Formats: sequence, structure tokens, C-alpha cells
Amino acid sequence: MALTDKTRAEMREIMARYPQARSALLPMLHLVQSEEGYVTPEGIEMCADELGITAAEVTGVVTFYTMYKRRAMGKHHVGVCTNSLCAIMGGDAIFAQLKDHLGVGNDQTTADGQITLEHIECQAACDYAPVLTIDWEFFDNQTPGSAIDLMNDLIANREVKSTRGPVITSWRDNERLFAGFADGKVNEGPAAGKASLLGLKLAKESGDSIPANPGADD
Amino acid sequence: MTTITPVLTAHWDEADSFTYAGYTRHKGYQASRKALTTMQPDDVIQTVKDSGLRGRGGAGFPTGMKWGFIPQGDNKPHYFVVNADESEPGTCKDIPLMMANPHVLVEGIIIGSYAIRSNHAFIYIRGEVPHVLRRVQAAVAEAYANGELGKNIHGSGYDLELTVHAGAGAYICGEETALLDSLEGYRGQPRLRPPFPAVAGLYACPTVVNNVESVASVPSIIANGIEWFGKFGTEKSKGFTLYSLSGHVKNPGQIEAPLGITLRELLDLAGGMREGSTLKFWTPGGSSTPILTAEHLDVPLDYESIAEAGSMLGTKALQIFDQTTSVVRCVLRWTEFYKHESCGKCTPCREGTWWLQQIMERIEQGKGTEEDIEKLLDLCDNILGRSFCALGDGATSPITSAIEYFRDEFIAGTHTPAWELFPYEASALFAGANA
Repeated sequence: MALTDKTRAEMREIMARYPQARSALLPMLHLVQSEEGYVTPEGIEMCADELGITAAEVTGVVTFYTMYKRRAMGKHHVGVCTNSLCAIMGGDAIFAQLKDHLGVGNDQTTADGQITLEHIECQAACDYAPVLTIDWEFFDNQTPGSAIDLMNDLIANREVKSTRGPVITSWRDNERLFAGFADGKVNEGPAAGKASLLGLKLAKESGDSIPANPGADD
Repeated sequence: MTTITPVLTAHWDEADSFTYAGYTRHKGYQASRKALTTMQPDDVIQTVKDSGLRGRGGAGFPTGMKWGFIPQGDNKPHYFVVNADESEPGTCKDIPLMMANPHVLVEGIIIGSYAIRSNHAFIYIRGEVPHVLRRVQAAVAEAYANGELGKNIHGSGYDLELTVHAGAGAYICGEETALLDSLEGYRGQPRLRPPFPAVAGLYACPTVVNNVESVASVPSIIANGIEWFGKFGTEKSKGFTLYSLSGHVKNPGQIEAPLGITLRELLDLAGGMREGSTLKFWTPGGSSTPILTAEHLDVPLDYESIAEAGSMLGTKALQIFDQTTSVVRCVLRWTEFYKHESCGKCTPCREGTWWLQQIMERIEQGKGTEEDIEKLLDLCDNILGRSFCALGDGATSPITSAIEYFRDEFIAGTHTPAWELFPYEASALFAGANA
């Protein structure tokens, strides 16, 4: 793949969002990943060229952030949360079984190029533990069985839908979203998942009402 | 029994709660219009000060006071930055908030930016949450389309640009000065303070950095007044907040309640512990807050009371672990996290977390030595208060508190692996998890 004039134009569009162009570097690198499948030397050069900084300065940023990948990724990124809470609730077992099922280790890609597997840090979805992500979309309340089913669906290119988000397309598509380009999927998935609504549901059931709320309409 | 108070969460069960139509159906954007057209910026700051609202991102610093630190009449641009880099282990409140009601955040930003005389605001969202990013991007676009953002908002003469920015995976960027470096396009490493962001923040200009929930709490205060807000909470910890229950409870989830509710009450609301289990230890506000035990069930979950109990309210991320859990395993994993996320800028944190992990690992394996506990405590003593930012301090909290309450388990780590003392399968939510 080669970066095009369109990529360059989009980089400039990102730069225009900020009072100082260098602020655009993180989203520009996400754009490079969406075009190239990882942060290529060519992508680093283009960022450096547009921002008037050196390739070494760009590389210094790339190596700091875990979402930037230095080698070709699979079509899908699968992350299993193994931070303490998810790990204890079953995340460690899910990760172990996925490694076994896919025949890969951490941060490796399946031979068919469909899945790159990685253990990841806390995804701020602890009330849905154990959690995994596909292309960073939430898959809540997982078991080894449900996780393996998801992998088989991904490998067979069957439709897979996030529990609180859209139908999965690819890791690269979402990298474009991280660069700040909307993808029209905002209305997919619920407003809130079940655990997010716990307190609200309890308040409605008990008939609790909050103290006189002059601004409220109900 | 404390009454639950769904204010921020009031309409999350409506299918379109994240849209402009859904938000304005419940008087959305009326507070920002009220502020912009009927209040002076200083009055807004004073109101937020008087409300007693304290930062919901962990430190509990008074929000209005932070706004008041911004110098005025300095002929420099001012910036309003929202810290939406929610990554502290256990913390899971801002993500559902932005997914279900991003407009309340946008409205809070409009009010806050107006108050500090900023014409450009930013939302820095951690990268790994695409669907949240979609909801926030769309909310900002809708707010522009409806004249809530942009030039001369509702004829007030006030202009505001709002940029949504995605990070790229680095816990340290939740530290406000690291966030600013990251937002400027650099490695996200913390800055020396002073100068504080209020004086030299984004692009070396006066900057406010506030947590999502803090900002989202502002519209209701402007709309309903400080007396209303003061009806919730305690004298020094006013208002309502999101408590996030996770782990070995029957019904994990978000409960919005007045500050000062207790874990006992929240556990009751969540249906109690899972079947046949008892509480062993918990965090009041994420992994960086020292763990507590069953003896702290009745401590009010407010800033002062939790501090008195030897911990911190933090992000109100209540991670609940039952009797099946190895505290050594749990703490080791947090230690691995801090080591991975240490930015490398300062030596105590960069090197110290490395050593902590090695020692914790051999204790988990039952290969610890007699001296290891003292060595851990000594290392923690050399990291706490000697690191460049709070990440290093946070790395020590789980270790020192776990040794305080469960020293026996660390001693057992000199002869028996943690997985023999506490078979890991028993902690999981499903059978066959001893992999």
C-alpha cells in the first residue's frame, strides 16, 4: 500500500482542528494505521514532513503509545482484559484458551491474517467483567466458550456485533475513526448496557425520587 | 437507607438518550443558555465554588476553585480541557456516561469554558473506546448544528470551538500534565509543577483540566441552584456521584447516589455478594487507592471519611473481591500494570515498579524469601512521595495496604504458590478456569 495525496489532504484536515498543528500527530498516526495496517516508515515520514519535525521525533511518539503497531496487524485486533479484576473473574482463563485455540502467543497474528491477539489493560468496563474487545469494541460478560465462538465467527467472516456497539468491520476501519473521521455507526448498539442502568432501575422500582428538582420536567 | 439519586443517569434508559433530541427533551442546553445569556463568567465560577462540587476524577479538588485560578485580563488564550482518559483499573463511570449522555458533557464544557473565558475546548478521550468516541463526536456535531457551539452562541456574543481528540493507549495520560503533553503531540509524560496548568497549561497558556463527571455535574447545578445540590451528600463532600460496583457482587453496575453512602448500602442495592461468598477486600476508588476490608463496610464513601480510614475516595470504583481471591495474585497484576504504564521519566517509578513486579512474582509462585516483605515495603517507601507524579505513589498503595491487612498471605508466598492457597478457578465466574 502506498500513502496517497488523499491521505496527505486528510492529515492537513486534522491539523486544521488545532491551534498548533503538532497536536494533530496522534490522530495522524491513527490515520496512517488505517491506511497502511500499521505505522510504516513511509507514514512516519509523511507525518514528519507535514509537521516540519524529524522522523525521529515522530518515532519517539509512536513508541510511547501501545495502540500504535510497528508491524502488520491482522484484519481484527482481539484484546482480552487481564488487569486484576477481569483476570480474576475469568480473563486469564479466556486469554489462555484463545491463545490455545488460535495457536498464537501474545501480540501475534494468526497464519490466515484474520486475528492479532493481545492481552490488554483495563477497558473501563469492569462492571461487565470479564471483557474482551474486537477492534476495540466492547464484548461484555465473556466466557471461554463465548470467546471461542466469536473467534470462529471472525475467522469465517460471519457477522459479529459488539454487545454495546456496532457490527464489527475491521481494526483499520476503527483506526480511521480514531483519526476523527465519523463512520455513521453512532446509532448502533444501545444507549446503555444493563449494568450501566443498575441504579436507575432500582430507583424506579423503589419509587425513590430525588429532592425537589426545579429544573427537572418529571 | 440512603436514597439513590439518578441525576446524571436519569434518562440513560431511553433509546435516544445520547442524541440532541433525547437530551433537549429533558431541558438539555437550558443551563448553558442561562449561563451565557443571564450570568457573568465570574458569577458562574462563584456558583460552582459555592456549590461545593469537587473533582470526580480522583483527587477531589474543588472544581470552582480550579476555575478561579485562571488569570483574567492576561491577553492569552485560555483552554478548557476535559480529561476523558478513563483508565484507572476498576474505574468505569465516564465511559458509560459519555456513551449514554454525551450532551451533558458538552453542555458542561460550554458553561465551564464561558466561565474561564476560553474560546477553544478539547475532550481528550482514551483511544480504545471507539463507540464512545462516535457518541461524543456526534454530540459535538449536533451541538454545532443547533447553535449550542460555534460563533456567537444564541446571540450571547460568546464563541466556542470544541475539538474531540482520541488518545493512543497510555494510562499516564490521565495525569493532567501528561495529558497536555500528549494533546500537544508529544510522548505523554508529566510536567514539573509549578507552573500549574492554570498558569501554563496547553501551549503554555492558562488551562483548566477537569474530569468528565465533574464537568457533567455542572449543568444541573446551574439549572437547579446550589441549595438543591447541597441537599445531596455531606457537609464537605456535597452532591451526588457515580459509584461503580464490579467483581464478586450479584449485580455489578453503576449506582448514582449521594456522597457518603456506605459500601454496605451499595452492596445491598447490588443484591449482595455473589452466591455463597463473603467480602474479603475492596478498593474504594480504583487500584491506586489502598485496599480496605469488611471492617470498613460502614465507612461513609466521601472524601473525608475514606481518607480517615486510610485510603482515598478516588474514582469511586468499588472493586469487590470475595474469599476465593488471592490478594497476592490481585496485587501482582496491578503491579504489572503500573510497571507497564510507568512513563519512564523518573527513576523511582521506572526502576521501582520493575523491582516490585519481580518480588511480587516470586511471592505468587511461593518462591518468596524471608526478606521479601521488608524489601517490598522499603521499595514502596522509596517510590511513594519520591516519584515525579502520582502514578508511582499509586503503584505502592495496593502493596502496602495488602501487606497491612493480609501479611500472612505474603508470608505464605515464601513456601506455597498462590494458586494452591486460592485455586484460581474458584474466583472466576465460570467453571474450568484454572488455565
